[in-house]
Amino acid sequence: MENTLNLSEETLSKIDEVVPKYPEKRSASLMVIHLVQDELGAVDDTACEWIAQRLELQPINIKELITFYPMLREKPWGRKHVRVCRTLPCALRGSYATCKIFEKKLGVKEGHVREDGEYSLEFMECLADCGQGPVVIVDEKTYENIEGERAENFAQLLTDGKLEQSEEFKSYEDSLNQGSPNT
Amino acid sequence: MSVQIPKERRIILKHADDPNYSNRIDCYIREGGYENLKKAFGMKPEEVAEEVLKSGVRGRGGAGFPAGMKWKFLDRKSGKPIYLICNADESEPGTFKDRQIMYKDPHQLIEGMMIAAYAIGAKQAFIYIRAEFHEGAHILNRAIAEAKEKGFCGNQILGEEFSCDLVVHRGAGAYICGEETGLIESLEGKRPNPRIKPPYFPAVLGLYQCPTIVNNVETLCNVRHIIEMGGEEFSKIGKPNNTGTRIWCVSGQVMKPGYYEFECGALTLGQMIFDVCGGLHPGRSLKAIIPGGSSAKVLKAGERFKGTLKDGTSFDWGLEDIPLDFDGPMAAGSMSGSGGIIVMDDTVDIVEAMANINAFYAHESCGQCTPCREGSLWMRKITQRMCSGGAREEDADLLLSVAKQIEGRTICAFGEAAAWPTQSFVTKFKDDFIKKASENAVQKDSSSLQLI
Amino acid sequence: MISPTSKEMVTINLNGVEVEVPNGINAVEAAALHGHEVPHYCYHPKLSVAGNCRMCLVEMGTPMRDRATGEVVLSEDGTPKIGWVPKPVIGCATNVSGGMHLRTESDLVTECREGIMEFLLVNHPLDCPICDQAGECRLQEFATDYGRGYSRYVERKNIKPKRTRLGPRVTLDDERCILCSRCIRFSQEVVKDDVLGFVDRGSFSTLTCFPGKELSNNYSLNTVDICPVGALTSTDFRFKMRVWFLKETKSICTESSAGCNTTISSREGTIQRITPRRNDLVNDTWMTDSGRELYKSVRSGSRILRPSFNSNDIPLQDAISSAVTYLKEKKVGVVASCHSTVEEQILTKRLIGLLNADTFLRGHFGDDDGILLSADRTANLRGALVTGLVDHYPEDNLSEINNAIENGEVETLLVIDEDLLSSGVSEENLKKVSIVYLGTHGNATSNLSEVVLPGLSVFEKSGSFINRSFIIQAFEMSIPGPVGLKSQVDVLSEIVSLLCNEEEKETTLDAIWDRFNDGSSTILSSIKFSDLAKAPIQLNGSQWSHLNFAEKPALNYQPIGNENS
Repeated sequence: MENTLNLSEETLSKIDEVVPKYPEKRSASLMVIHLVQDELGAVDDTACEWIAQRLELQPINIKELITFYPMLREKPWGRKHVRVCRTLPCALRGSYATCKIFEKKLGVKEGHVREDGEYSLEFMECLADCGQGPVVIVDEKTYENIEGERAENFAQLLTDGKLEQSEEFKSYEDSLNQGSPNT
Repeated sequence: MSVQIPKERRIILKHADDPNYSNRIDCYIREGGYENLKKAFGMKPEEVAEEVLKSGVRGRGGAGFPAGMKWKFLDRKSGKPIYLICNADESEPGTFKDRQIMYKDPHQLIEGMMIAAYAIGAKQAFIYIRAEFHEGAHILNRAIAEAKEKGFCGNQILGEEFSCDLVVHRGAGAYICGEETGLIESLEGKRPNPRIKPPYFPAVLGLYQCPTIVNNVETLCNVRHIIEMGGEEFSKIGKPNNTGTRIWCVSGQVMKPGYYEFECGALTLGQMIFDVCGGLHPGRSLKAIIPGGSSAKVLKAGERFKGTLKDGTSFDWGLEDIPLDFDGPMAAGSMSGSGGIIVMDDTVDIVEAMANINAFYAHESCGQCTPCREGSLWMRKITQRMCSGGAREEDADLLLSVAKQIEGRTICAFGEAAAWPTQSFVTKFKDDFIKKASENAVQKDSSSLQLI
Repeated sequence: MISPTSKEMVTINLNGVEVEVPNGINAVEAAALHGHEVPHYCYHPKLSVAGNCRMCLVEMGTPMRDRATGEVVLSEDGTPKIGWVPKPVIGCATNVSGGMHLRTESDLVTECREGIMEFLLVNHPLDCPICDQAGECRLQEFATDYGRGYSRYVERKNIKPKRTRLGPRVTLDDERCILCSRCIRFSQEVVKDDVLGFVDRGSFSTLTCFPGKELSNNYSLNTVDICPVGALTSTDFRFKMRVWFLKETKSICTESSAGCNTTISSREGTIQRITPRRNDLVNDTWMTDSGRELYKSVRSGSRILRPSFNSNDIPLQDAISSAVTYLKEKKVGVVASCHSTVEEQILTKRLIGLLNADTFLRGHFGDDDGILLSADRTANLRGALVTGLVDHYPEDNLSEINNAIENGEVETLLVIDEDLLSSGVSEENLKKVSIVYLGTHGNATSNLSEVVLPGLSVFEKSGSFINRSFIIQAFEMSIPGPVGLKSQVDVLSEIVSLLCNEEEKETTLDAIWDRFNDGSSTILSSIKFSDLAKAPIQLNGSQWSHLNFAEKPALNYQPIGNENS
């Protein structure tokens, strides 16, 4: 199939790998959409058509999914995408205030992408980490207890490009013990 | 009079927070991992299923249906392939237990799944994981690769005839994918519209219209432990009809929120909040607790619950006395659901909390069936308006009426999930809702907690 | 309608009364059989069950059985104890079985319907005064029965696209859409053209086509028919007419041998639209878009409106006399038609016998879509076989007429509704003979004819056709024909009576059938036309199974001899 989306070899081979894992091609829809979106940042109508063709479906079958699931996009988010949990457990711990702090610090309204494309900010529904709310996800990393002054500091580090190196804000993912005991 | 606070009994999360334990297969094997898979393979599949039935283990996803019974409904005679799906969508607000298992001890799930697959005769299994668990999917994929390499998963497991492939499938942010038939539709690559039942009971007409078992992460992990200790022995943990441990997820306004694994019925809601979780913030008093994820009916501080339990004993509980198991919160008119306990203190504007929950359900309704689609959005609009200075006295009754028109009339249990919060909040806190009509939202203190 | 093979009957209790219904049908159908309407939107008898509108909620119970013994538990009065399902169930997905109890008229059921009605209306624009569906809108009808009469909804309604062109013939108003998914299921299941879908979710779900794609298949207008509200509208019919002014008559589509049952809607003698009429053995509830256009031929420019002789208009009676003159004592060839009705074919056959004429018949063929547009593009080819007009399968070619003319075997041609020039007959040859043309529309052949006798279109007369499955179906007159014209049956009868010098003419269709069946033995022998007017009749066409019929297997059709495959 012609690579009209100019996807990388890596993405293409991942797609080729994932599709045969399913008894029926259509089942791979979400996974293929994820792979395409991971590379392109969004799945527009052209990408929809490409995916549909790849899975022997109609483009509407793919568009139906992209518009249903909040994590699938027809237009890309900013270079750094910040998600703040809005649901009750996080809200009880101040996530609405956190979101307002981010709006101010990042210079972007919730649900939008900053004009220069640097940041986007989005309220999300429950991220299943309610014990440590407010929960914030930056791109793919989850940060916990981001409220009040911590939220101010967090946003500052983020805009300074120093969040990744910060000791104060270690993501849930980076705090996991993922090492082999033999190494 | 001081009562001894029961200690956690960690079975599922035994190793989860051990600094010397990683999520790699070496650690898992070091701690006796995959031995139970070998043990199960020494039994006949029906014997494995029998142990699970005997254990009395109830589903940990929310409905609390006995897992062994669910397996019994499986249509084994259709001649069609049988599928096993792990529901790792963990989407009920207030719930964060499956995350701990998958991120910190993924092999436990894989072993549980392979035992379950063997028991039900599934040659293909899936883990449907929510997309927000991005790293979780990586961890699971790496763990599956590790397990495959060692022959615990995939082709000819343990060198035996039985093979079962395991595929990690990512969702994309939809609560409804936690509903098992919605999940199946999603896994088939369609919009996750839950299916009508009858006829589409997954055990008969599930994935690709084949017999399918969908179990929660924690439930499948329990399978491993049931095989380890035997169904009979497992059933002694906890209480009759409430066997095993449960991972309770406490969130909201307590000093030490988090996940705590206890034997079923080992402690009361009060002990959990005030002892285990360190109580409320200083100077605050309790307002309400949602005991089983946001769709469970809210319990009001000061409420009393009277009645007779299934075993004939009568009870007269205050909120704090409700035993934490399956039946306790149920007897109190709510449910233990997925184990998500959300605590609200007196700083909470209850109408705002309601508005927050209604916004969630309106956002998550798939929109397939009329009552849920229109009712959930309508309730959201009403409570949103009430919190924006537009409340009317009649709104409380209107909310109750709308909720009643949803409950019991939808394709899936989402209808109840959306209706129950409104029904319980408005009934129990009716004064708060009526009072809203005379409040001017603009005057609200900007430093007060905002929930919508 | 011919009823499908009857199923085993079971007794159920419907609203307290024991009634018999076929086992396994759903509760909506079962209730309807006994006069209880269960309102519904998403359920459609010819589509898969979606169960999403929830309008058909009913109460259901089954006899309780003892868990241990399996015996039916009896109540005090000795009747089986009924275990009522605690929640209402949807009738469309509840299949009846013996002993089942259903309540379709209870307080709870009414309450459910009122609740669903209110929900359906909260985001509905209520623009009935400008909506084409008004008058045949299920939402409007059930709102009358179950609506509140006032609104408790004070919030803002959702905003959605109001005028989307879904395809060349269908316009969508998304605000009116109640998301029943009938149109999507129809496109997927019947037409296999998966172009429609819902985007977004929850109450904001919106019906749409993928950008750049269109709902343009030849069945697109069926989505308009099955849309229970005014969301999908026919672009052609939009804003044209209030449906309550329309007079409806039963007709048969003449587009192909599929023989779709149709309803012709007309007002004051003008046809406004054609829609399908349900026949489970023929077209279910569907028809092609192209078939719906056929009424436009009634007023087309090529319509023959006056009888003529050598291109001069003359009174019909004079034209018929002139025709008889050409036919009498000449060697006549008759070009009969597969478009003619059975009755016209019977008279044509009689005429041929009287004149001892050669018979020619042309078939018309096109692509078969495997649904309801069959390869045989005539309505009544099988009629020509059954009436004995021909005993062979016609080709789309009449060039044999050239030889007949060149050999002097034909001196006069009676041509019914055909153009000979387009079917291999040379103009040069046609000019050697006299032509009497009987038809509704002019063509190159009628232009060369000495006598031209106008006929009535299928909408202006009654008659019957035999479809591809050998089902004979009658149709009725929908609108009057042009002033002064007579039906082909009348014209042919007149010619026949003039040729025989008979006073009596068979002017009624009944009389034509009676005379045809008197003394002849065909598969029509036991049938009267008046029977047909009541219901179609399945004929046994097995004697023609050796013919190479052009049709492919399709909806409700298997080639003869292949019925069970």
